[in-house]
Amino acid sequence: MLIMIPQLVIGVADLAAAFLFMYGLQRMSSPATAPSGIFMAGIGMAAAVLASFLYVFSVSAAAQPHLPVNIGLTLAALVIGGGCAWWSGKKVAMTAMPQMVAVYNGMGGGAAGAIAAVELFGGKAQGITQLVVTLLGALIGAVSLSGSLIAWAKLDGVLNKPLRVKGQQICNAVVLLVTLGVGGIIAFAAAGGSAPLLTLPALIYLFFGCALVFGVLMTLPIGGADMPVVISIYNAFTGLAVGLEGFVLQNPALMIAGMVVGAAGMLLTLLMAKAMNRSVANVLLTNFGDTPKHIQGAIKGSLKPVEAGDAGIFIRYAKEVIIVPGYGLAVAQGQQKLYEFVKLLQAAGVTVKFAVHPVAGRMPGQMDVLLAEAGVPYDMIFQLEDINDEFANADVALVIGANDVVNPAARTDKSSPIFGMPILNADKAKKVYVVKRGQGKGYADIVNALFYGDNCDMVYGDAQAVLVKMIEAVRGLGAAAAA
Amino acid sequence: MDFAISISGFVALYVFMLAAFAGWVIIGHVPAILHTPLMSGSNFVHGIVVVGGIFALLNASTVLEQAIGFFAVLLGAGNAAGGYAVTRRMLAMFQTSGPRLKLVHAHAKARHPKHG
Repeated sequence: MLIMIPQLVIGVADLAAAFLFMYGLQRMSSPATAPSGIFMAGIGMAAAVLASFLYVFSVSAAAQPHLPVNIGLTLAALVIGGGCAWWSGKKVAMTAMPQMVAVYNGMGGGAAGAIAAVELFGGKAQGITQLVVTLLGALIGAVSLSGSLIAWAKLDGVLNKPLRVKGQQICNAVVLLVTLGVGGIIAFAAAGGSAPLLTLPALIYLFFGCALVFGVLMTLPIGGADMPVVISIYNAFTGLAVGLEGFVLQNPALMIAGMVVGAAGMLLTLLMAKAMNRSVANVLLTNFGDTPKHIQGAIKGSLKPVEAGDAGIFIRYAKEVIIVPGYGLAVAQGQQKLYEFVKLLQAAGVTVKFAVHPVAGRMPGQMDVLLAEAGVPYDMIFQLEDINDEFANADVALVIGANDVVNPAARTDKSSPIFGMPILNADKAKKVYVVKRGQGKGYADIVNALFYGDNCDMVYGDAQAVLVKMIEAVRGLGAAAAA
Repeated sequence: MDFAISISGFVALYVFMLAAFAGWVIIGHVPAILHTPLMSGSNFVHGIVVVGGIFALLNASTVLEQAIGFFAVLLGAGNAAGGYAVTRRMLAMFQTSGPRLKLVHAHAKARHPKHG
């Protein structure tokens, strides 16, 4: 009877954890309830981790002599891994969040892969179903680990150019096939067949090596602006790997949590791909530069540069202003100055709204977090589908550091590579100001017809410097009036 | 009574199907503005893999298994702790303009007592 108590406690704790994870994620449907949601999920996690120490009462006979060492190792790993990650998570800058999430995600994938490795090396996976599921989880987890690390390197600027060589897709396909082939031999050998050529441990090493290499190869050619899709997909991968290993370990909490995250990651992946008007396969397998060069239609009009101060004063006397922030704003670290400017406008009676495109940033929703960090209340931030009709009524659209997501060619020019991509209709505003570093093109390397429109003026310069000038100009007005 | 859990074959598929469906529906209700915290939050949730790592490490019987198990717990704990820390930090930043506006008004009044 006594032996069942630990089992019961673990069962109840895991059940509670699975419930709290789903309830916590459900509470993320509003910014008001979301903080309590993650707290509840945290309680679930703590309960499950604490309860898992009761596994000491049911370790296998072979592991019994090693138990004290194993307990020490477990505690050390928890403290070191958890401590370092906690510390880095507290310290990381909000602009660096995508790479941080990529690292944590890779860690989860690596953990799932490592569990599979323990099962395989220890010969603990029994029967063909368990073996296949273990191997599948190992493959997905390992790909997620190495792929996430490459994504981190790209986002952090360690690798700053997509690496593309001819025949890359064929090479990737060969590596994947070899991995699957080795996996097949392992399953055959572990199920009692004789392993040809290599011993079982050597095959397992080879399997993990190939899987890790595949993750690297798969991620290397993908460009910076496609990162929202890549991060989402690896999130889904890790979830899937965790779910599969949960089945192997006969732990329903892992199965449920993993599969919930897998579905969530898949949904976000599809949303991001849709926001870029590309299929997931297109993002992963082809490169933006590869699309056939289209002949740019002749663009009427000219680029009309204006002074930042003049633009600021014009905006000050508008009634309704919509601001379109893009990744360029984050690069220039201009969010704080932007909100300072917005507060000045609000004090002068101007109605200000923020319009955020789904792919503004390097991961889904990053721009929303950056605005929130600068102090912008979330009820001022609007998503594409909620605000697009309002541009027609706006006096001014202020585009800062965004380019392709406001290019009207996506609506009008059928030959454009971005045709069909949902865009923010900034061109429909009565007056458009575009704050831009220089005359360069956007990520898609397309001339933006918006910039040449009759209603559009260009303000060249670093976003932060431009905003400082705008603030000074508007403040100067107030001072002049008071004098 | 026996509390041992045994999930096999179709039962596993049912669990996976229901969990995937629940995840899809729950996440579908999350507004786009919260997609980053959602991603790091769901990232945190798959940190539950640390429990699997603890199980594997406690049952390790060779040095190789101990080494890989240690690695699994290390990474899993990092996943969970890091995911939680960044999600909490991000969610704390989201505020409404309600109380903030009051603050601004109070501030304005304090600065211009003559007009009050």
